[in-house]
Amino acid sequence: MSLELVLFFVLAAMAIGGAVSLILQRHPIHSALSLIVVMVALAGLYLLLGAEFIAAVQIIVYAGAIMVLFVFVIMLLNAGVEARTNVSRMARYVGLPLGFFLTVELAYWIAGGAGRQAPVSAGPTPTRELARMLFREFVFPFELTSILILIAILGAVVLAKKET
Amino acid sequence: MPSRYIPILIYAILAAAFPAVTLIIFKFIRPDSTSAGAKLKPYECGIPPESDARGRYSVRFYIVAILFVIFDVETIFLFPWAVQFNALGLYGLVTMFVFLGILIIGYIWLYKKGALEWV
Amino acid sequence: MFAPIEDLYRLAPELVLCTFGILVMLAEPFVPRKRSGLVAFLALLGAGAALAATRLSWAHPGTAFYGLVRVDDFSIFLHFVVGAVAVLVILGSRDYLEREGLHRGEFYALVLFATAGMGVMVSAQELVTAFIGLEISSISSYILASFRRNVPKSNESAMKYFLLGSFATSFFLYGVALVYGATGTTLLSRMDSASGNPTLLRLGLGMIFIGLAFKVASAPFQLWTPDVYEGAPTPVTALLSSGPKAAAFALLLRIFDTVFAASQLWVWAIWVSAALTMFAGNLAALVQSNVKRMLAYSSIAHAGYILVAFAARNEIGTAAVLFYLVAYALMKLGAFTMVTHLGGEGERRLEINDYAGLGSQQPAAAAFLTLYLFSLLGLPVTAGFLGKFYIFNAALKSHLVWLAVLLAINTVISAYYYLRVIVVMYMREPQKEWAATPIPRAVGLVLVLTAAGTLYLGLFPNYLMEFATQSAVLPR
Repeated sequence: MSLELVLFFVLAAMAIGGAVSLILQRHPIHSALSLIVVMVALAGLYLLLGAEFIAAVQIIVYAGAIMVLFVFVIMLLNAGVEARTNVSRMARYVGLPLGFFLTVELAYWIAGGAGRQAPVSAGPTPTRELARMLFREFVFPFELTSILILIAILGAVVLAKKET
Repeated sequence: MPSRYIPILIYAILAAAFPAVTLIIFKFIRPDSTSAGAKLKPYECGIPPESDARGRYSVRFYIVAILFVIFDVETIFLFPWAVQFNALGLYGLVTMFVFLGILIIGYIWLYKKGALEWV
Repeated sequence: MFAPIEDLYRLAPELVLCTFGILVMLAEPFVPRKRSGLVAFLALLGAGAALAATRLSWAHPGTAFYGLVRVDDFSIFLHFVVGAVAVLVILGSRDYLEREGLHRGEFYALVLFATAGMGVMVSAQELVTAFIGLEISSISSYILASFRRNVPKSNESAMKYFLLGSFATSFFLYGVALVYGATGTTLLSRMDSASGNPTLLRLGLGMIFIGLAFKVASAPFQLWTPDVYEGAPTPVTALLSSGPKAAAFALLLRIFDTVFAASQLWVWAIWVSAALTMFAGNLAALVQSNVKRMLAYSSIAHAGYILVAFAARNEIGTAAVLFYLVAYALMKLGAFTMVTHLGGEGERRLEINDYAGLGSQQPAAAAFLTLYLFSLLGLPVTAGFLGKFYIFNAALKSHLVWLAVLLAINTVISAYYYLRVIVVMYMREPQKEWAATPIPRAVGLVLVLTAAGTLYLGLFPNYLMEFATQSAVLPR
């Protein structure tokens, strides 16, 4: 096994383990910390694929900013240990098998098409190529993103600010 | 995977190992203080504490936190621009300034709305 | 390097909408409270200007910005629809916002931004652009739906809308990622020629369908609709039921008609979804006592009717979808505007039984509502009738006989709950005294315009149908 393959399995195990722990933990803070593990493992996976910029974004935005927000909300609500309820039979007897079925199906389809992905052009370095694409071909969605961010600012203030 | 990331990998492993190793060593060499029950209580001028130390935050801080996330996302777009700054030239500058200009309008609006005031 | 000026002409409606959205947003903290009418007027001006800009961009057909967006008859048709919806919603919401003490410039700014997002959706030729448009329109709608911050029920419904909506958007995005993995491009026009992986493409398109099926509230992704439509401020409900639905259907049509591989895929899934949606909407509507909920279920049922035309997968079907979207937007906007007005302060008069005696006390209001309900049911001389007729025609042309039969059965079922409201209005004695407030001028204008449109399309459908037929030809 090459180093890359070993790293892939380590990171994949970290990501899946973190995700399972995220669901099973009973204290919200522990769940949030598990989520950080998932984020960091994903960043490592992106790096393995050569997507350096996305890996950096994953750390800066997700593991950094968004996790800060999550921890903030947990502190804001002063959320304690979650009380387990068993109300949703639907989730257990229908949701779980369906989720399992979907996973198997996706794995089957993706494995069936493995190695036949369309070739994607790559530039000198992925980040340079990405920048070129972002500011040339995709300049319109890029500028639109600023409107999207503007709406997010608007929404945050409209929904959370106290009326004066 | 480019081999130039191996130092970072070693660094990450060292960073993770440091607190773990420290905690394990201290577990063995420190004196056991848990036997005296009062030592585990939080100190509040000698009086038994009345409430949980983890109090609630005001929702005001939430706006600050979410604005931090939003402007953080905005910053992300500066990185690819910086990487290609020379190649993009004036065109890149104008494109980026349109993007930032729209967000500065959002900032002005926030300021006028008083969303950034603390008290 | 810099985009040629024609590209800006082609994007004129979006540019106008975003500019006015920003202006309205900035005007809000600067304009004193007493002059708040000014902000509303600016927003109305913006929406009107967007319609004019659509006319301008019509003169410059073609693709813009490296083929990401395309101006053709299809996109122009839908730009007119979403622009007109914005005008009517802004007109109809001013008095409501004043009445409920919610009047803030951000409301109008969000309506304008949402419309810009829908505009991008209907002209997008590329999936990332379409996604950003979808996000702009969805996030604006989430915020608009939660505008009644002091009403717990409204908060709950907005939360549901946000969570489920984000979940659906992530399905769309996952689909886009799979399609890109399969074909190496996100440009719709290049997908067929790309030597790709058909299995992944198929999976991706299925995910995209699920994401958009949520936005148009088709079964089995319709569960959020009644709660959200009930909890949102009624003018927002009017917007949600008309604009975003039209834009999401447009995007579905664009994707499934442009990508040849897609046109043959998932036909059975669309068939099943159409049948399920019609029954889910109509059967649940039978037992509703709240008018907003009843109209929400009726809105689900109508999504089912439109899916029948969509399932036809030919140009007659596409034209029928376009015609129906216009007819549907008119009658739903009218009905919800009427419900807004009748609801009174705090939206309290919402039960069907509260409408008892409306026929004698407020004959004009009752007459308008009756017209919209007749059109929703699909009685002759209304737009709803011809819309259903065209759908029927398209289904039969594509040999979807069973789907056409189900459509007919559902129309009969729906007669019960539409007619019940009319019976209550005209034949029951009121149990409670309701203050009859006069209809404000702006609301009256919306009612007259939508009613006139409903009747006009019911009597003289040819002009619009010709335009729809011409727009239904999508370039491969």
